[in-house]
Amino acid sequence: MSRCQDDLLELTADVLVIGGGLAGNWAAAAARRAGASVVLADKGYCGTSGVTATAGPGHWWIPPDPADLRETAIAARRKSGFGLNDAGWMARTLAKTWESLPTLETYKFSKDEKGATQYRALRGPEYMRALRQQSENLGVEILDHCPGLELLQRADGTIGGAQGIRRQAGGRWRVNCGAVILATGGTSFLSRLLGSHTNTGDGYLMAAEAGADFSGMEFTNYYTVAAKGSTMTRSMSYVFATYYDEDGEVIPIPAGLDTSRPLAAALLKGRVYCDLHKTPEDIRAKVPIISPNFLLPFHRWGIDPYRQRFEVTLHGEGTIRGIGGLRITGDNCETSVPGLYAAGDAATRELVAGAISGGGNINSAWALSSGQWAGEGAARFASSVRSRAPGRPIGQAGLQPDSAHTIDLRGALAIVQGEMLAYDRNIFRRGDRLLRTTRLLDDLWKVVSAHALGEGEGILRTRETAAMLATARWSAASALARDESRGMHRREDKPETDPRFAGSIVSGGLDAVWVNSASSQKMELAS
Amino acid sequence: MIAIIVEDRCTNCNACVVVCPTNVLDAGPGIPVIARQLDCQTCFMCELYCPHDAIYVAPDCDHPVTVDAQAIAGSGLLGEFRRLHGWDEWADDPRFTNEHWQMEQVFLRARAMAQAGNM
Ligand SMILES: Cc1cc2nc3c(=O)[nH]c(=O)nc-3n(C[C@H](O)[C@H](O)[C@H](O)COP(=O)(O)OP(=O)(O)OC[C@H]3O[C@@H](n4cnc5c(N)ncnc54)[C@H](O)[C@@H]3O)c2cc1C
Ligand code: SF4
Ligand code: SF4
Repeated sequence: MSRCQDDLLELTADVLVIGGGLAGNWAAAAARRAGASVVLADKGYCGTSGVTATAGPGHWWIPPDPADLRETAIAARRKSGFGLNDAGWMARTLAKTWESLPTLETYKFSKDEKGATQYRALRGPEYMRALRQQSENLGVEILDHCPGLELLQRADGTIGGAQGIRRQAGGRWRVNCGAVILATGGTSFLSRLLGSHTNTGDGYLMAAEAGADFSGMEFTNYYTVAAKGSTMTRSMSYVFATYYDEDGEVIPIPAGLDTSRPLAAALLKGRVYCDLHKTPEDIRAKVPIISPNFLLPFHRWGIDPYRQRFEVTLHGEGTIRGIGGLRITGDNCETSVPGLYAAGDAATRELVAGAISGGGNINSAWALSSGQWAGEGAARFASSVRSRAPGRPIGQAGLQPDSAHTIDLRGALAIVQGEMLAYDRNIFRRGDRLLRTTRLLDDLWKVVSAHALGEGEGILRTRETAAMLATARWSAASALARDESRGMHRREDKPETDPRFAGSIVSGGLDAVWVNSASSQKMELAS
Repeated sequence: MIAIIVEDRCTNCNACVVVCPTNVLDAGPGIPVIARQLDCQTCFMCELYCPHDAIYVAPDCDHPVTVDAQAIAGSGLLGEFRRLHGWDEWADDPRFTNEHWQMEQVFLRARAMAQAGNM
């Protein structure tokens, strides 16, 4: 049912999916297949938005038999995940991924030389085009350029919809529904990470306003190399990279280790250069049809990366190939708020990835799987809720100030980026600096939440800035609470792994941020 | 950032306006207007979806770049991305088949080379 009144497009559905990336489209498909009517709203265009569209996810892909293949992989991943991940969730994710990809009829899967169909790795733009097609074929109603701004809550506390703006058509939208799935992705705090600029953590903020909490937010320090001045964070070709300092000396990169720490250390000293001369000739010939975007910047700048040196940088990924997100409380990716579900990078990936990044295989398998579980769960929840009456809008920061004053949003973002992306603060972490960060961000939050008011076109920017600031606060508070080093969270002042922190760090709160770990009671961090 | 829409190639179909994730472009009376260039996330998606290869996205993501329409039209760079993707009319061209699945082999090769001490 749809009604268009004044400048408001009002729709009714069983399930609303916010975010139309990898997870959102799998969620919408599963909810439709479970019999629910579904609206999917994306901030940009469903098919090109989100970090899948510009990349090319290889899924975690292990055959079911012989059975020990998966068992071995899960055991290895438990070890590399430092015990924060769960064997049951990993097994479910592997099984769901294996059974789902071959059903994606709208993607033209490639065959290898032997004629075997290759399901595991899909090219981003083609994958997202196929997922949009699948959603359309199943009768999902897609709203493009319709960012969600805030959730609608029913009197009993359950979530019954959301509303936002129509960026291109003008006016506003509202969906009244039985259940909502947040598939808004992670956030890189608007670093230059490829394809990440619609991912500003909006879903985290909306969920927190409903009282949802988070897990694994300390793991926000994954970085990817790119040619300086470009967004091209496609990492495959860099496996053959040689890096040089300003004097032309080769920067040693210890084998097997994450390259970003030695690179970040070098970047803190001066400029870093790279060439790809070690790339075998046959691979050079194939790069354009493996990753068609990788060479674009070089070509356009007139650089031959296989022969010439070019300057490089590291782009921070925040919670994108970091792993924190909304805490999952049940098998259908329920959040801690009834009627609200989370999928993909909006959810924590700690359950499957543990304390290291899930990029490269686990994240996309998780997005596909969690999306479908959330879709099924939300459809079931929606069928148990009769009413589709509009709930109460619960957005706060940027929408309901105590008193409206002009806020320097650019300045606020610069502070957030300084704390969350700078190598010296975020890669080489230290307790005293993290404490300073939490205080600085708390002070900034007080100003933004009390006074920012987004009006007209500025409403989205205002909410986005508030969302990134809130995300930064949970991240910093969690990193401070994890008073040890584990996986990608490395504390210069606490280099050892401490068995007292073998569990997850849960965080939440807006006016007062709190963290809760196995070894500490709920600690109020805000002053 | 998106640098130019080459006027004599553009048919005003507005596909780029629709697909741009960050809403950089406005439909105009004629060709689309690059209305919010600084919002461009340098993702090249508009190039992929432009059926007439009329768009050039400069790789520079930190600041806008000025390019000359004629030089760009003659550079051979327009449409390169769409072709390599095997998009639209290139879909059945054997030179541009989707070999993305080979990514894993590339990582394995690099690992083998490192173990053999060749890197
Ligand atoms: C360069 C790169 C390469 C990667 N390679 C791999 C890989 O090989 N293997 C792997 O497993 N993982 C990989 N990943 C990670 C993987 O891409 C992500 O885990 C996956 O895309 C997550 O899907 P998602 O749907 O949660 O998020 P996205 O695909 O980012 O989608 C989020 C969507 O939400 C929308 N949105 C945001 N806010 C709002 C709002 N307020 N209202 C409405 N819509 C909103 C966005 O526009 C976007 O479309 C890679 C990531 C990057 C950056
Ligand atoms: S490069 Fe991406 S963000 Fe920039 S105009 Fe094109 S589609 Fe929009
Ligand atoms: S997609 Fe290409 S042809 Fe269509 S309006 Fe945009 S630039 Fe012009």
